[in-house]
Amino acid sequence: MAKKTKHASAAGGGRIKNYNWQFWLIIALPMIYAFIFAYIPMGGIIIAFKDYSIRKGILGSDWVGFKYFIQFLTSKSSVLVIKNTLALGIYTMIVSFPIPILLAIGINEVRNKFFKKTVQMVTYAPYFISIVVLVGMMMQMMDLRTGIINVLLQKIGMDPVNFFGDVKLFRSLYVWSGIWQTAGYSSIIYVAALSGVSQELQEAAVVDGATRLQRIMHVDIPSILPTVIIMLIFSCSNVVSIGMDKIYLMQNTINAPVSEVISTFVYKVGIVNANFGFSTAAGLFQSVVSFLMLVIVNTICRKISDTSLW
Amino acid sequence: MKQAKFRNMTLGDKIFTLIIYTMLSLILVVILYPLIYIVSASFSDPQAVISGEVLLFPVRPTLKGYIAVLQNKKILTGFTNSLFYLVVGTIINLVMTMLCAYPLSRREFTARGWISKFFVFTMYFSGGMVPAYILVNRLHMINTRWVMLIPMAMSTYNMIICRTYIVNTIPDELYEASQIDGCTPFKYMMRVVVPLSKPILAVLTLYYGVGRWNDYYTAMMYLNDDRLMPITMVMREILIMGKVDMTKVQDATAAAKLQGMSELLKYSTIVVACVPVMLLYPLIQKHLVKGVMVGSVKG
Repeated sequence: MAKKTKHASAAGGGRIKNYNWQFWLIIALPMIYAFIFAYIPMGGIIIAFKDYSIRKGILGSDWVGFKYFIQFLTSKSSVLVIKNTLALGIYTMIVSFPIPILLAIGINEVRNKFFKKTVQMVTYAPYFISIVVLVGMMMQMMDLRTGIINVLLQKIGMDPVNFFGDVKLFRSLYVWSGIWQTAGYSSIIYVAALSGVSQELQEAAVVDGATRLQRIMHVDIPSILPTVIIMLIFSCSNVVSIGMDKIYLMQNTINAPVSEVISTFVYKVGIVNANFGFSTAAGLFQSVVSFLMLVIVNTICRKISDTSLW
Repeated sequence: MKQAKFRNMTLGDKIFTLIIYTMLSLILVVILYPLIYIVSASFSDPQAVISGEVLLFPVRPTLKGYIAVLQNKKILTGFTNSLFYLVVGTIINLVMTMLCAYPLSRREFTARGWISKFFVFTMYFSGGMVPAYILVNRLHMINTRWVMLIPMAMSTYNMIICRTYIVNTIPDELYEASQIDGCTPFKYMMRVVVPLSKPILAVLTLYYGVGRWNDYYTAMMYLNDDRLMPITMVMREILIMGKVDMTKVQDATAAAKLQGMSELLKYSTIVVACVPVMLLYPLIQKHLVKGVMVGSVKG
């Protein structure tokens, strides 16, 4: 606020010409873009409350109130979809939240520069592989007959595993392949936070005779706690918002009972079967719940730790 | 900090250090092995691939897989389409991001407070899949190249990274000095802000470029013309739906040979599709940490 008032008096001085209109001109294109591609679809949400027909258009269609929401929350097939989304989201969070932190702590403890650089370069790389390639690689390498993983399993005398044909394995495949791809990249932010840990504190701990493990527990982790909390808030709100990119590629008829989540359900019901109202309601349910999660977790974090997003 | 030499450590610290190095080495193997295996398999003899002879290095090296890739029209079209979407799309992204980030970085711009909120809100809430689809449909963009370029013209998250960078690294005095010299905000952007933002533009090129190259979702939603498909959709067909166009290898007699070739083609396609990203990666890897750090600063 102080900055603003200071600036106002400077502008009032009149020595510097007011160029507001030029800024408006520069930002006009991005604003038009955001209005068309973000705000108009937001207005389209009213489809969720209407019996949408292409002939009558969005505004002309009849209101149906909360019919689609009630349908989504009570019908047997969509309750299963909600359960799947939650199960997969919670599994993902439990695994993919702590692992990057552990990885970053490990990287931070390495003193050999070359080894450190190598670990960082290699672990960040899979993040840049396309999701289609990732799923394709999994299918190739886990093939029941020709996949290298089953070849290796048989070499050490174990039975081959039908990875993509086993419902029970689906969630683990999804979550752990995600770890393979993104754990390194997600660790960057913690590595950066760890490099900012106070050197004096570290040295004081050494003088006091702390072991390396004790220094991690009592110096490093408390120092990066604010970053950890911010990331925790984000990952909690992601529990319900599993994107369809990867899961849609991994789906097959065998794993459908556990792999159908809200986003793939919205795609199939809405885009493929053109049931616009119902699927918009399902999608809206997902984004509202995820937004509420963000607000709730953020409030809890602010109460108990003074760290929050806003 | 001066770290104690390994031999001067206590026994407990020695064990701890060994555990860390072992764990990280294991992680390296787990990440690298699949990548090396894919490359090796793509250069191996088809029979060796399906019989599981390839373990780490190529067996009876050949270029058959890559020749098959070159002969496959769909893959070639997909590759050129993807290159087009990558280059044009990323340029659009960078221009839009700069046009948005620069005015929002200037205190002189009186409306920047509420315009910032206008953009930030779109990060937390969106209309969802179906309204977006109806919009694109109304704009007559379905099955055109535009749909691969325009609907994702800017990411608000990247725009904020860019704005934070401009605010934190370009000194305000420069703006005042340029004003006194008669420089307009537009000229200032072109002559000062853009040249001084090269490091962040490099990071954003990587983010946007990888996103463009790897995107299959947009194409799946809005395209159904084979001539417009990006490489990711062609790969989805070949790798995941298991459809390989075998017309080009009709002369191969044995069915096993066909199957071997189709497996080989899959591995080679994966490698070919990863080449552009892997060429970009080492160039920009050193900027990655900076990008993530700028992004994590609340602005």
